[in-house]
Amino acid sequence: MMLEARNLACMKGERLLFRNLNLHIQAGGLLRVLGPNGAGKTSLLRILCSLAVPEAGQVLWNGQDIHARAGREIFAPAVLYLGHAPMINGLLTPLENLQLLCAADAQPADADICAAALRAMGLEAALALPCRVLSAGQRRRVALARLHASRAACGQNALARPLWVLDEPFTALDVASVEQLAQTITAHCAAGGMAIFVSHQEAPFGLPAQTLTLGGTA
Amino acid sequence: MFAALLRRDLLLAWRSRADVLVSLTFFIIVACLFPFGVGSDKELLIRIGPGVLWVAALLSVLLSLNRLFAQDYADGTLEQWLLSDTPAPLWVAAKILAHWISTGLPLVLISPLLAVLYELPAEWLPTLAVSLLLGTPILALLGAVGAALTLGVRAGGVLIALLVLPLFVPVLIFGAGAVQAVADGTGATPWLLLLGAGDLAALSLAPLACAAALRLAVESG
Repeated sequence: MMLEARNLACMKGERLLFRNLNLHIQAGGLLRVLGPNGAGKTSLLRILCSLAVPEAGQVLWNGQDIHARAGREIFAPAVLYLGHAPMINGLLTPLENLQLLCAADAQPADADICAAALRAMGLEAALALPCRVLSAGQRRRVALARLHASRAACGQNALARPLWVLDEPFTALDVASVEQLAQTITAHCAAGGMAIFVSHQEAPFGLPAQTLTLGGTA
Repeated sequence: MFAALLRRDLLLAWRSRADVLVSLTFFIIVACLFPFGVGSDKELLIRIGPGVLWVAALLSVLLSLNRLFAQDYADGTLEQWLLSDTPAPLWVAAKILAHWISTGLPLVLISPLLAVLYELPAEWLPTLAVSLLLGTPILALLGAVGAALTLGVRAGGVLIALLVLPLFVPVLIFGAGAVQAVADGTGATPWLLLLGAGDLAALSLAPLACAAALRLAVESG
């Protein structure tokens, strides 16, 4: 199991964000993407999870190009992407939101598993509230509960969605939640998964993380 | 997945029922305006009634279209669906069905009441309702393609109108024609069959086009 990017280039409008970018991550690997605002971190993550097409270069999942139709069909069930956007509908409760995200992951959207994941994220009191009344940090935790649910739902087989692509997962979280999330990611990688994340702050990981720094010129 | 999304969108429609009521109220108000404009000449009202009701329904569907994907696009849910292993046309169809149930179906149900406003004979009413029942799904399906194509575009609402209104013309002709055919005593069946054929064609093609347009919107967004 391996994700590899070869000679990636990305244009945003008229601006070249990066080119000749190569990266390589294997089972158990943890990759941190660094760089100033506007360096193309989010663009890179979107390319790596097949939501955007690179200007040049290829992304290979186990040797298959993920931007080709055949490769995408193999790749889509393997990736779990948490973007900048909250992925939360304000009119639904945390439980309803999470169950739907799990359904998108083709996991059994068991109400018990989802409720347990939300409790683990400290959202016990907010379970039945519409998400629009939650704070930014609480909403973020609803989205992150999906990582818990993903691990809980597949039990021993922790590799149902082996590749986690996380765009600034630590934003808006309090200190205890940052610690907890870092543990979740560490556990995922220790079980043979892999994770790519963007973060501006140091997080207490139990595993050594590779770093990739983008854009000195931005 | 189809069922989960259908249930979720209907639940959302229920919780934001003020939005849903807006397009229904729009339909009622537009239909009520015409008699004020053209006067109370009974024969004239009977003649223009079916056409006016159909145009009002069409505009009301148009009004609701930009809500179809906008919220899911803005909050990132659409990306998650595109990354899921469920084929995109399938969940797109679920969204369109939920949208039609919450916006198209109420129009069908209330149309006989509005027909009374135009003093349409009672024996026309079933044909009017059935023509709307068959026609509004076509409008929703074609409109969804327009909504997907204009996602993330500035002034997308106006652009949707320019894109889909020309495509709505055949539906309008067949729909209003069905009621007219009853009035002329020539039988509405051929018109209704044409609408049914339109349903099948739109159902088989629109979700595919819609899914492709959504992928484009997300990839460029």
